[in-house]
Amino acid sequence: MTKLIQTIVDGLGVGSTYALLALGISLIFGVMHLVNFAHGELITVGAYTSYFFFLHGGSWWWMPLAIIGSAVLASMATELIAFRWVRNSSPFTLLLTSFALERLSHAFWQIAVSPKQRAFPKPEWVFNQFKIASVSFEVMDVVTIAVTALTLALTALVFKRTLFGISVRGAAEDFDAARLMGVRANRVISGAFAFAGFLAGVAATLILMRSPAAEPSMGADWLLKAVIAAVIGGLGSFTGAVVGGLVLGLLETLTRAYLPEVAVGWDKFSTAIVFVLIAIFFVVRPDGIFKVSHAERV
Amino acid sequence: MLEVDKITTRYGAITALHDASLEVHAGELVALVGPNGAGKTTLLNTVAGLLRPATGSVRFDGNDITASEPARLVRAGLALVPEHRRIFKDLTVAENLRLGGSTASAADRRVRLDEAAELFPVLRAKWSTSAGFLSGGEAQQLAVARALMSNPRLLLLDEPTLGLAPTMIDVVFDLLQRLREQGRTLLVVEQNATRILALADRAYLLRTGRIIATGTGPELAGDTTLFDSFIGGEA
Repeated sequence: MTKLIQTIVDGLGVGSTYALLALGISLIFGVMHLVNFAHGELITVGAYTSYFFFLHGGSWWWMPLAIIGSAVLASMATELIAFRWVRNSSPFTLLLTSFALERLSHAFWQIAVSPKQRAFPKPEWVFNQFKIASVSFEVMDVVTIAVTALTLALTALVFKRTLFGISVRGAAEDFDAARLMGVRANRVISGAFAFAGFLAGVAATLILMRSPAAEPSMGADWLLKAVIAAVIGGLGSFTGAVVGGLVLGLLETLTRAYLPEVAVGWDKFSTAIVFVLIAIFFVVRPDGIFKVSHAERV
Repeated sequence: MLEVDKITTRYGAITALHDASLEVHAGELVALVGPNGAGKTTLLNTVAGLLRPATGSVRFDGNDITASEPARLVRAGLALVPEHRRIFKDLTVAENLRLGGSTASAADRRVRLDEAAELFPVLRAKWSTSAGFLSGGEAQQLAVARALMSNPRLLLLDEPTLGLAPTMIDVVFDLLQRLREQGRTLLVVEQNATRILALADRAYLLRTGRIIATGTGPELAGDTTLFDSFIGGEA
C-alpha cells in the first residue's frame, strides 16, 4: 500500500510536467494546426539560461523567473522568426519547420556552449523527504504537483475569463470567424506562443530543480512524451492534454514499479510498454480520450 | 458608403466573381439575390476581407479597403454575419458575444452585452450554455447579436434564414426590419428572394459570377423574365 501511494505520487509528479508541456503543444495545435516539435527546446533554453546565470552568481530564489522569461521570449521568437512566414502553408511544411528549428537548436548549443553536459547547483531541499503516517514523500514531488495545480488553475482562469483566452479558443475553433470578430491573427497567435512558452518555462523550472544540468539535446525526450500525452488527450483539447499527461506519467511509474525486473535494461522495457499501450490506444480510439468535435478543418 | 468596383475573385483556376460592381448607400437595405453558386458568398467574403480579389477595388466611406484584414474592417465599422453562421460552438453564448465585441472598450462591451440580452431574450435564457446546444434559430440570432457587438454601421448578412423553420424565418425578417429602423446599413444575401425583395430598397441579381440586373426591390421582383431565369437557375 505504501509503495502504491508513493508510486502514484511519483507518477503524478512526472505526469504533471508532461501535462504542462502537452498543454502548450495542444494550444499551438489549436490555433495553428502545427505539432510543434521545437516545443521541447524551450526547456533547453531555460536550462542554458540557468547555467549562464549560475556562472555569474545566480540563485534559485529568482531563477524560476529567469527560466520562465527566457522560455516565453524564445517561444515568441520562434513564431516571429519561423512560423509566421509559413503560417498558411500545408501542415507538413509547418511540421518540417518545427523539426528544422529543433535541429538548429541542438546544433546551436553544441557550437555556442559545448556538446557536453553543463551542470549547475540544485536547490538544497529538493531531495528532502517527509513522512505522513508511514508513507514518506519527496518534497519535490509535492512542490511539482502543487505548482502544476496552481499553473493549471491560472490557465483555466485565463482561458475562461479573459478576452485573450476567449479569442484563442474561438480562433482554435474557427480562425476565419475569429478574424471576422476583429481578432488580429498575429496577436492571438503570438499570444498563444507566449502562453505555451510560459507553460514550458514552468515545466522547465520543475525539471531543472530536479536535474540541474544543461545539454544540447535534453529537450527531445520530454518533447516526445509531451506529444504522446497531447495526442492521447486529443490534440487541441486542453483538458485532454492535462489528463493525457497525468495518465502517461502514472503509466510510466506504475509499470516501472510493478513489472518484474527481467533484465538489466528494464527501464527501457517500461518505456517500450508505454509505447505499445499507446499504439493499442491509437488503434482503438484514434481521436484521443477527449474527442475534439471540430478536429477537421474544411 | 460601400462601393465595390469591378472585382474579380478567383479560387485557383475558377473565377467565382467576374467584374462585379455594386454600391450601398448609408441607411439602405440592399439585397443580393441569385442562384446557388452565383458568387454571392464570394462577394460578401471579398468585401469583408476574407478573400482577396484578383482585380478591382472595394471602398468603404471613401477609403480603399481592398484586401484589408477583417480585424481592420471591424474597427472601421463593417461586420459580416457569415454563411452557415459560424458561431463558436465550444464557447458559451456570452463568450461568443464578448468575442464579437473584442474591438470595443470594456465599458462599451458591457453596455452592448446588456443591449444584446434585451434585444434577444432567447439568448439571455441561455447565456452560459455552450453555443453548440442552440437550435438553428437561436444560433442565427446569436450570429447576428455577435456581429452587432462591434456596433457596425454596415452589416453584411449571408443567408440569414438558411435552414431555419418558417416561424424562425419570420423572426429573422422582423430582425432585419428592426435593424433597418435603427439606422444600420444592410447588405443581405438571401435565398428567399420574394421576401427580401419586398423589404429591400434596392437589389442586385447575380448569376454565374456576374451582376446581371439591378433596380429597386419591386422592380426586380416585377421583372418576370429576370425572375424566372433566377428561379430557373435555382432549381
